[in-house]
Amino acid sequence: MKTINVCIGSACHLKGAYNVVNSLQKIVKEKGLKDEVTVKAAFCLGECTKAVSVKVDDKPIVSVSDTEVEEFFKEYILRGL
Amino acid sequence: MRRFENHVQKIKYEVLREISRLVLEGTLKEKKHLIPEVIDKGPEPRTRCCIHKERAITVERVNLAIGDNYTSNNVIQVLDEACDECPIDRFVVTEACRGCLAHRCTDVCPVGAITFINHRAYINQHKCIECGKCKNVCPYNAISDVMRPCRRACRADALSINEKKKAVIDDEKCIQCGACVYQCPFGAIMDKSYIIDALELLKESRLDSNLNVYAIIAPAISSQFTYVKIEQVITGIKKLGFHDVVEVALGADMVALHETKEYAESIEEKNVITSSCCPAFVSYIQKNYPEIKDKISSTVSPMIAISKLIKKIDPKGKVVFIGPCTAKKMEIKQENFSESTDYVITFEELAAMIDAADIRLEECEEGLLNNASFFGRIFARSGGLSEAINHIIEEENLEVDFRPIRCDGLDECDKALKMTKVNRLNGNFIEGMACKGGCIGGAASLTHGPKDKNEVDKYGKLALESKVKDSLRIFDVDDIEFHRKFS
Repeated sequence: MKTINVCIGSACHLKGAYNVVNSLQKIVKEKGLKDEVTVKAAFCLGECTKAVSVKVDDKPIVSVSDTEVEEFFKEYILRGL
Repeated sequence: MRRFENHVQKIKYEVLREISRLVLEGTLKEKKHLIPEVIDKGPEPRTRCCIHKERAITVERVNLAIGDNYTSNNVIQVLDEACDECPIDRFVVTEACRGCLAHRCTDVCPVGAITFINHRAYINQHKCIECGKCKNVCPYNAISDVMRPCRRACRADALSINEKKKAVIDDEKCIQCGACVYQCPFGAIMDKSYIIDALELLKESRLDSNLNVYAIIAPAISSQFTYVKIEQVITGIKKLGFHDVVEVALGADMVALHETKEYAESIEEKNVITSSCCPAFVSYIQKNYPEIKDKISSTVSPMIAISKLIKKIDPKGKVVFIGPCTAKKMEIKQENFSESTDYVITFEELAAMIDAADIRLEECEEGLLNNASFFGRIFARSGGLSEAINHIIEEENLEVDFRPIRCDGLDECDKALKMTKVNRLNGNFIEGMACKGGCIGGAASLTHGPKDKNEVDKYGKLALESKVKDSLRIFDVDDIEFHRKFS
């Protein structure tokens, strides 16, 4: 089970955090990974310069823009499953 | 530079700032007795008869902020020492009296308190019941009415004057709107403070990685810190040690959605529904119109809604509300809310905390604040909630006949409630705000200017999300309880 925390603090929100959340939810649904991956909103992850900040479980924060979501998912989620 | 609306605000601020400073130093217990001398330096008094009186009043202010020596649960308290400068007699005959033949004042007085001595009317203050009829009939307008400002301000009729001529608050009637706090020209009525609790919590969070303290700020903040940008204020708040700053307006978005649904579902049965965001308004209904209290919307307030969301997302979260409202301090005391908002701080108190921590807002870089929609943000002003509900009805194509009555200030609220009681309200939804103008006119605001409403609208338009549903689209709020149970 993996948890993707997407920061929705103000800085990330303005950079499109909501789109990142929505895209991730869509991918999880399309791929039928509901039981393996949870997408969660989180308030400030503390690295506003990396907006949109995304954290998988307790791993370091990755910066993901709303156009890079698929790539991110392939690299950080699918690989580890 | 921070400017104060008046000297009362400044003195309150100074006390809170000194207390905050000592809390941050960790020396409050040892040094609190020194505060009066720091603030009232002397040897000349600033406002009162002598420096000792001023210091005695400061002691009372410190005690109230710390919470010492107060047995009453009410967050609004009279400072006994400070309440003594008001004229004792309300109606007095002035020089303008011509000693006329008509004697209308004598005739109209229902208790025979007015006699003529040396061609001039004289009011026997032992008999006078302060009805004001003499003042109204005098052809020379010669009778002055110096009602105490606190009594005039209190629209809930909770203030009276005791035999020692000091103001007394009837806790059974007080709705904590704070009007008297704002209107007393001597600052003799004050709200209790959570400033120490909030600062201690922040200190604790620095050492404890399992504790994240969130500041949630009311949208009324947009009109508050006029000498800096709101973005700088956000950075300033974060520098105090808050983990994140979140808009209460996001809670308002949730409330708008929930309240609209509640309205659509229950309006047929209830005929009239009232808003529930303003705790002073809700309390006013409960205390004065118990027969229609089932018409109060059961939706929680935006403050509670956003607090619940934060605690759901972050189990390590604690929440401090920052706003213009004294009634919110009472709202969080209601037990069923204990799992949501932890403390309530006012803008006045925030200013004191920021200065005590030597944070210079002018020098802060610009932070960001953006969680809510336009509609959530305009909750801060009268009319905002009704507009938000209208917006959702349109968006969702709900077939309801929404006829809001916008009540700006407690007097207008009272009128609408009276009409509701006798089934003659010309509408079916009461948007009630106890303060004139809405939250931007709140008692603990730093400014009460006429431009405040425009500031709120301007701030609303800056929101990234224009619709309520947009700002909520990523949240799974289904398992959050937005219904409240009234005790």
